[in-house]
Amino acid sequence: MRALTKKNFMILGSIILTFAIVQGLLAAGILSKFYEITLATICINIILAVSLNLVTGFTGQFSLGHAGFMSIGAYVCAIINMNMKSTSGFLLGLFAGAIAAAFVGVLIGIPTLRLKGDYLAIATLGMAEIIRVIFLNMEITNGAAGLNGIPRFANWLWLFFFTVISVVFINNFIKSSHGRACISIREDEIAAESMGINTTKYKVMAFAIGAFFAGIAGALYSSYFYFLKPDLFGFMKSVDILVIVVLGGLGSLTGSVVAAVLLAVMTTFLQSFTAVRMIVYAALLVLIMIFRPKGLMGDKEINDLLKFGPKNEKIE
Amino acid sequence: MDQFLQQMVNGISLGSIYALIALGYTMVYGIIKLINFAHGDVYMVGAYVGFAVTTYAQMGFFPALIISILSCALLGVIIERVAYKPLRASTRIAVLITAIGMSFLLEYVMMFFVGAEVRSYPKVLSDKSFRLGEIMLNMQQIYIIATAIVLMVLLQFIVHKTKMGKAMRAVSIDQDAAQLMGIKVDRTISFTFALGSGLAGAAGVLVGIYYNSIDPLMGMMPGLKAFVAAVFGGIGSIPGAMIGGLGIGIMETLVSGYGNSMYRDAAVFAFLIVILIVKPTGILGKNTKEKV
Repeated sequence: MRALTKKNFMILGSIILTFAIVQGLLAAGILSKFYEITLATICINIILAVSLNLVTGFTGQFSLGHAGFMSIGAYVCAIINMNMKSTSGFLLGLFAGAIAAAFVGVLIGIPTLRLKGDYLAIATLGMAEIIRVIFLNMEITNGAAGLNGIPRFANWLWLFFFTVISVVFINNFIKSSHGRACISIREDEIAAESMGINTTKYKVMAFAIGAFFAGIAGALYSSYFYFLKPDLFGFMKSVDILVIVVLGGLGSLTGSVVAAVLLAVMTTFLQSFTAVRMIVYAALLVLIMIFRPKGLMGDKEINDLLKFGPKNEKIE
Repeated sequence: MDQFLQQMVNGISLGSIYALIALGYTMVYGIIKLINFAHGDVYMVGAYVGFAVTTYAQMGFFPALIISILSCALLGVIIERVAYKPLRASTRIAVLITAIGMSFLLEYVMMFFVGAEVRSYPKVLSDKSFRLGEIMLNMQQIYIIATAIVLMVLLQFIVHKTKMGKAMRAVSIDQDAAQLMGIKVDRTISFTFALGSGLAGAAGVLVGIYYNSIDPLMGMMPGLKAFVAAVFGGIGSIPGAMIGGLGIGIMETLVSGYGNSMYRDAAVFAFLIVILIVKPTGILGKNTKEKV
């Protein structure tokens, strides 16, 4: 069977190993309840960063509206879950949220993805802002006060499961012919088009997949933190996600994972100094761009780094 | 009809403020093709400078305006030198991200020093209002519109009649050619930032007076809306930014006046998306053909 190659075994092994280590630390009480929140943040941020990386890093379409898709997933899942208080309700809400986000992604992607660079950034920003204002004015979302008391079904197990699914799916997508088409659009859109690649189709496809996983991340967020309000998904949130992607390296999934972990750990340690945290954050963004615009990993994956090294480390 | 005219007056005063901010966006975009996200925060700094001058130094409207313009111009030049100049050769996305970073840096450094609370501006202008038929026009609106007009005329003069203005126009058309003709490109870019940021500083003081409240995050929304105004008018075009600013200001007051004020911001952004799709060059923008 081709599915059981040595490489796939190693990937599976490293996933199980990571899970076992974290689970062991949790069970042994080394990671307390407080750090469990950090773990959840890491998982959600990895999903968000990896999905944005597909759009911005691999397809080269600069989006500043990822928080908008996240909020769709979050609200849809929360509303369904509040009416169906069971695990199946949670899963139904999660997929409904993700599909709704992907649908909106296609709907918005088709007209706006004709725009380029900064114009696209502004259009997606505007779109996220519109989504936020709509949630702010809807009855069912309870407006600015937000939804409270969403049943909590997402636990560390579900979070880890969906994180792995997202990373593996997006990784495989990038390695597929569709993924290569997306990368060719990033490299040179005109050249890609003249080679017969339907650029609009692939841009919308990447956008929809990105939105789908952002929706999943939002759903997990709503279920884990059981409180939602529209202000959580403002421009700041989109920038937060972008910072992770840029810090990790545009076009490197490993980078996104590493950066999501690093930033979450940093945030946990700077918890009590909110003001300083934001200054550090902003300064970091400017300094990375000036001194290492490629981010931590550039566009290298962990496999590229381990070509000549030991092979038993975590591969995503 | 009277209510409509009243809304128009309010819209024009709000729009002149947007126009002043939009001018900075459009000039900077025209010269280095960068959406200067930090521009909205320069305007916030301008509002705080005006606040400090009127509250602590007990000065009047005009000294506050001038000090605010000068300090923001300086701030603009510093931002350009520190954050954007090292990136002149990098990709546009890298510069855009730097601009976002710079915007957050200004906001949170300001918040660190002055606190996050909303402050109210001292009364520097009288509340006297005039009646023109059924329309109410207060002193603040007159000052705002008059200041905006004077500054825009001054800007037109600088851009079209002075040597530096000629250099600005040359650099925005072709940077390399301008350099070959002996224009100091870096200095021209710095000058553009100084001009744009100075106008944003003036807008900051005017907003402080008009809305009577300022806070460190006040720059984000007006900044984005002013950008919409710049795109609407045709980015890179100075008269376009003025028309765009007024248009967005009027649209916003009409939406809050006749529709639902909660949807005010959404309406502006929806309008932006429509413009970008229908006529991305804006009203007065130049059409550029894409070449391989």
